[in-house]
Amino acid sequence: MAQLPDSLLRRSAEARAKAEGRPVDEILAEMKGEAPPAPAPPAAASSQPSDAGGGRDLAAESGTYGVPVPLLERSMFARAKADGTPVPAMAGVGAPAAAASAVSSQPSAAPAPQAPSGPPPGVRTQRLLTVVKAGAIQGTEKEPQDKVNVWPHLLAIEFVALLVVLAALTLLSAFVDAPLLEFANFNEQPNPSKAPWYFLGLQELLAYFDPMVAGIIIPTFGMIALAFIPYVDRNPSVRPSDRKFAIAVFTVFFMAAAVVTIFGSFFRGPGFNFVFPWRDGIFFDDLLTILE
Amino acid sequence: MADEKGRGGIKEAVSGLGDHVQNSQVWNSIFRPGSPMRAENSDSPRNRSYVIMNNVLYHLHPVKVKRHGVKLSYTLCLGGLSFFLFILLTITGIFLMFYYRPTSPQAYFDLQALASDVAFGQLVRNMHRWGAHLMVITVFLHMSRVFYHGAYKPPREFNWVVGIVLLVLTLLLSFSGYLLPWDQLALWAVTVGTNMGSYAPVFGNQVTFALIGGVQITADTLLRFYVLHVLFLPFIITIFMAVHFWRVRKDGGISGPL
Repeated sequence: MAQLPDSLLRRSAEARAKAEGRPVDEILAEMKGEAPPAPAPPAAASSQPSDAGGGRDLAAESGTYGVPVPLLERSMFARAKADGTPVPAMAGVGAPAAAASAVSSQPSAAPAPQAPSGPPPGVRTQRLLTVVKAGAIQGTEKEPQDKVNVWPHLLAIEFVALLVVLAALTLLSAFVDAPLLEFANFNEQPNPSKAPWYFLGLQELLAYFDPMVAGIIIPTFGMIALAFIPYVDRNPSVRPSDRKFAIAVFTVFFMAAAVVTIFGSFFRGPGFNFVFPWRDGIFFDDLLTILE
Repeated sequence: MADEKGRGGIKEAVSGLGDHVQNSQVWNSIFRPGSPMRAENSDSPRNRSYVIMNNVLYHLHPVKVKRHGVKLSYTLCLGGLSFFLFILLTITGIFLMFYYRPTSPQAYFDLQALASDVAFGQLVRNMHRWGAHLMVITVFLHMSRVFYHGAYKPPREFNWVVGIVLLVLTLLLSFSGYLLPWDQLALWAVTVGTNMGSYAPVFGNQVTFALIGGVQITADTLLRFYVLHVLFLPFIITIFMAVHFWRVRKDGGISGPL
């Protein structure tokens, strides 16, 4: 059997502890086979005959378990013969004589330091040693995973997220109107003229670089570089501690994009010259309508 | 007393009608076995599986996901919210199409009429515009989230590329919609944007010419951007979204824990 992860065992033990009202640690130890099982019901415990001496009351056992006395007797003799131990004294049956005959048939067996003597030659005996639990012929290497049902666990979260966004958007839309300036006029260019905010980073770059560089090369190669990330980053690990370089590079570009976008949005005024938004005002129409 | 009795009778009649409807052939043909809408539905692991498996949702979600994947802090629902915003933008966009003519000067007057003459017209337009901005943000944050989780690693490399295409299409959708109000903001923002494109080598001028339908923005550009915005780009992005979602399912669903 595949080794179960601790977390799964723990969950199962907790569930059982809740159902049976026993301490979790006890059940967990029992599942791992570290400690003897908790006291089972009395019937199960005493059904294992104690063959280490001591008398047995077969008639009483027969009454308890509903097994006929002769059968119990036979199983007891067979066991004694197989283990090479003396037959325990019995009460209620013609025991002493039977026991004596059993012992006398194998006189040397009592101490038995050597291997148990085999059956006489030509006799084949069979004995059930253990029951092997049925399992797959081919073992699977896949570890069991801790999974939950999508319904309701994931769908409920998604639905709530959807409602929250819808509510927030409706609320914003109820109070803030989308901008609508004057009719489009080809002869009157507003100052400054700004692109939509997600392109303002590029427009900001236009202030530093040749249009060819800022408008074409940087965005084109930026997108191509983004698309090629999985083929360039050959590191198989997903742990942040293993991929510090990749994270650092991405974060630098992420922050750079954010900075130039914020700069182009808030710190550029008439003539696309530098301004301080808190001193000279905001030249960013969509946001302006939200703020007003 | 008589009144209470009468009310109880109505209550019984209503619940009886509900049972009747829930047990009807029509109802059971709509809601497949396992659906919580069915009368005999009970909560069991089997039925929880059927809710997904017997449902169009099976295109988007497997029956079970890794436990860490349903933590809100792992994905922040960004991909799902991007998709939701796309649907919301489609719905509000179709509403707006009923009241909008992509010609000059009607386009501008239609937007004014939307605010004054159409029930909920201004609200729907606001939701369309703010929702579009929000979608650009959620798509971008979704990409960042995927990067920081290393979720683009094999076997998900190609789906990352599809995601980049979706990001570009999202920007183009937003940009093409920017011109449609046909006001000063729209005209000059798009002018600045398309001017950048004309610097592209070799085919820059030709591409810009095809995009805006001339050497500079005119009323023809409005029609061109309108068709791009309401038909062409949504058509393309829908195809890429279908591939994106399909690959999410086939590449093993949510990425592993860190």
